[in-house]
This record gives sequence, structure tokens and C-alpha cells, in this order.
Amino acid sequence: MLEIKNFRISIAGKTLVKINHLAAEPGERLGLVGESGSGKTLTVLSILGLLPSMMDVEGSIIFDGKELVGSPENVLAKIRGRDIAMVFQDPSRSLNPTMKIGRQVGETLHLHTDLSKSAIKQKVIELMKSVQLPDPEKLYTRYPHELSGGQQQRVMIAMAIACKPKLLIADEPTTALDVTVQQGILKLILQLSKENDMAVIFVSHNLGVVQAVSERIAVMNSGEIVEIGPTSTILDSPSATYTKELIGANPSIPDAQELNRLLGTRFPTDRGD
Amino acid sequence: MSESNPTVNAKQTRTALANRSGATKSPQLILGIILTGFVVAITIISFFWTPYDPVGIDVESRLTPPNLSHWFGTDRLGRDLFSQIMVGSQNTLYVALVSTGVGLLLGTSLGLAAAGSGQRWGAVFTRISDIGIALPSILIALVLATTLGPGRLSVIVAISFWFVPVTARVVVGPARQILALDFVEAAMTHGRSRLYIVFRQVVPNIGPIVIVQTSMMFAAAILIEASLSFLGVGAQPPTTSWGKIMMDSQPLVQQAPYYSLLPGAFIVITVLGFNLIGDGLAVLLDPQQSKKGVV
Repeated sequence: MLEIKNFRISIAGKTLVKINHLAAEPGERLGLVGESGSGKTLTVLSILGLLPSMMDVEGSIIFDGKELVGSPENVLAKIRGRDIAMVFQDPSRSLNPTMKIGRQVGETLHLHTDLSKSAIKQKVIELMKSVQLPDPEKLYTRYPHELSGGQQQRVMIAMAIACKPKLLIADEPTTALDVTVQQGILKLILQLSKENDMAVIFVSHNLGVVQAVSERIAVMNSGEIVEIGPTSTILDSPSATYTKELIGANPSIPDAQELNRLLGTRFPTDRGD
Repeated sequence: MSESNPTVNAKQTRTALANRSGATKSPQLILGIILTGFVVAITIISFFWTPYDPVGIDVESRLTPPNLSHWFGTDRLGRDLFSQIMVGSQNTLYVALVSTGVGLLLGTSLGLAAAGSGQRWGAVFTRISDIGIALPSILIALVLATTLGPGRLSVIVAISFWFVPVTARVVVGPARQILALDFVEAAMTHGRSRLYIVFRQVVPNIGPIVIVQTSMMFAAAILIEASLSFLGVGAQPPTTSWGKIMMDSQPLVQQAPYYSLLPGAFIVITVLGFNLIGDGLAVLLDPQQSKKGVV
């Protein structure tokens, strides 16, 4: 469904991202991992044709049989939001602070469908229910700043899935959220992907997040894909050195021995031992 | 959120405007509204009624100091000064309204266009607007008066000519800031057009800045109009304006000080009123200033 081939992003002749081959099947969940600056976000933005104008793009991105690289703006605008949608890192900055929630979600529908006003409102309430927002009728008339971060991200997801896209790009969807909320959001995206047979590309620097939700993982480093394969293979027997380092860098809860080493002496407890 | 974030301003506007007690805690705003309200009321009344015919000459009672029948006294031709000031406010407010409107409309559009275009065009725009701001509007008006002929039009064109680049410069920075925010990018991923982003996302979020700028421009326009009429390039007889009354009174300052002081006082009241409104709104709409004690 999505195929990136011989693809290169450069700025003033300097290569930023170089991908020989990356593909995603319908309904597949693909993780894209790498450290900051490894080119993950540039890669997914180029799928939507939203790279800054000073960057040059070569190669081919085929989505649903259509070539996206070099497509005119009006063709891309129709694909954006309808066939490919995106969820961003910081939901508090991704919503227009001057527009009520219901209207913001409804506007995506208004743009891509011919539904009537009342039908749109009904659909918005349905969407808000499907992303498990509490009390959708009440939230409909709220402004973004009146919602919590997790709720805002659910609103972003509702906007993204409004037109039942075939591909959802989730760019660090949980990084800006509280740990307690992260899991709920990941579960929601996973569930929506299964229900609607929607492919998801998870972009994250956090291997833990990606492994929990994706079947395949692509590891990026300095603009290139160093390793790609099923999640279990990548985690259990990584072949690239960078992947090993990335797995090693994942923090884990230290055991008693590790704690002893780190802290030197144990803290006295109230039991006196 | 310690930096001045325009999106926060917008949030504040809503809460501040919804919450009326915010206004009662901004005394300068209330004073400003009272002062400008007084002047606007006088202007509206002058269309229907003035105590005397503003152009009715009565040579016998020329230069009468203020008294019970002529509250503000009479001018050098015996015309009632209060009636003249009332009618003069029409021209002053008209010029201020039109030039502020033009400055606001063209300036905001230009500023938005500059913010939306690339770096190179943005830089070109900045230089051009710098030139526009550097040209003194009184000088432009004097040049225009000799080409277009003196009168209202020259004054409006001259003031607008200065307001357009000023407004554009005020708008371009915050607009660029908004355009760099994530919700603009999010809107693009939803397939939004540039026009949508400008009118639905940028304009509402820079609203507070534009509102404050408008009231400040209004005050400036009144001052410039008065200056130009005083120099003789503004209102032409039989139209009168505050600046024109002051010009007429100038040789008689020693003999009849009230003649120049009273129209001057009206200019002061109006300019002060609009400036106070601007200051009050700026405080009310700015979350950082409001933390310091207003809300």
C-alpha cells in the first residue's frame, strides 16, 4: 500500500535521509525508531509532502498506486486528512486554541465529505465516543485548554480518524503525555487500527513504546534505515550495532544488586535494617 | 509558558472578555471608555442638534469669554465655540476612523502575507515597511496637499500611508510565531489550504494584538489630523475641525486664551481616552501583565 523506494531528502546538496526501500501493508503497524535527528520525522512528513520548501526530494513514494513525490499541491491536499492522517507529539500545541473542540473535529469532515451540518455534529459525537472521550456532548463546546493532555491527544486522534484514513502516522504520540496516560493512548490507536484495518506508522525514539504496538520495526540512524524486521527478531537478535546500542540504552528498573552499586549504601528504613 | 505566547493571549482574551469582572479591575480601560464615550456622544448629537448655528456669524458678540449663554464663549467672528467644537469632532473622528480602518485592513493583510511568504520576501517586505515608517506622515501630507489639493482626502491618505507599514510590522512577528506552531502543521496534515490557516488559525490568535494596535492608531490619527488642520492642509472651510479652530485662535492666544485651550482640551481628552483604552486592553489581554495584579 505504501512503498518508499530509492528515496533521498537533501538540503543544499547535503543528504539528510536516504532510504532504499521501506514498505507498509494495509492494516500493518510499523514502528520507526531512532534517536533525535535520525530523520524519522522528515521521512513521515515527506509522505504527506509537507517538508520545508528548502529541502529537495528525489525518488519515489507510492501510496495506493499513486506516486506522491512531485504530485501537485491540490492532489496532496485531498490525500492529507482523508487517506493519510497524522497525530503529533504535543497535543496541547496541535489544536487551535481559539476554536471549540467539536467544531475543530467537524471541520475535517466538512472539508473531505458532503455531510450536512447536523450529520457532521452527530458524526463528531460518535468519533469522540470512539476515542473514549468522556461526556462528548459536553466536551463538544469546550476549548482545547479546558482539556487534559490525554484528552487533547484523543481529540487529535478523533480528528485524524474522522475520514477513515488508510494510513495513520503517529509521530511520538505519547512522548508529551504522562506515563499513566501513555498506555491508554497506545491501546486506543492499536484498537482503532484493528477495527478499521488502518495501517499505522509509529514514530518514536522509545523502543518500549514501539515494541508494544508494532509488528515490524525499522531502525533509523543518521538518515538511513540500519535494520528492519519483525519486532521480536529486532529485539531478541539485533544484527546492527546501532540497534544493540539502542536496546542497551533503554532504561530498565535496576535490581537490588544494581541499586546497591549505584547508591553505595542502602538507605536506612524505619524498621532499622 | 513564560515567553509571551500569542496563543495564550487569545485564550486570555476569551476568558477576560467573558469574565466582566476583569474589566472592572482595569481602571484605565473604564476611564478610557468614559472619555471616548463622551466625545463620541457629542459627535453623534452634533448631527442633530447644536446650541447655536455653528457657522452663524454674530460680529457684535465676537470673542465673548465663556458665559451662561455661550458655554465655551465665541470665536473671532462671534460664532458659538461649543457648537463649532461639536461639529468639528465630526471631521476629526471621520478622518481617524477611515485612516485607522485602511491602515488596519491593508496593514494586517500585508503583514499576514509577509509572514506567510518565505524568508527572502519577508526581508524585502521588512525593508520596504521600514522606509514607510521612516517617512514622516506630516511631510507626506504636505506633499499630497500640494498635489491632490488640501483637504480630508490628503489627510486620510497621508495617515494611512504611515499606518499600513506600522500595522504590518506589528502583525508580522506574532503571525510568524503562530505559523510555526504545531496546530498549523496539524491543519496541513488534515489537507487545509493556506487561506484556512490564515483566517481560522492565525487571525483569531493575533486578534488581541490587533485590537490594542487599533486603539493606539486611532489616538495617533486624531493627533495627526489636528496637526495637519492646524497647518492648514486639513479641513478646509466651511468644514471645521479641532485643529482648524486652533489655527484660527492662534493669533488671539493672548486676548482670548479659552479660544485655543478648549478645542485643545478636546483633543487631549480624545487622545487620552483612546490611549487609555489601548493600555487597558493590553493589560487585560496580556496574561503576563495580568499576573502582576489585574486579574
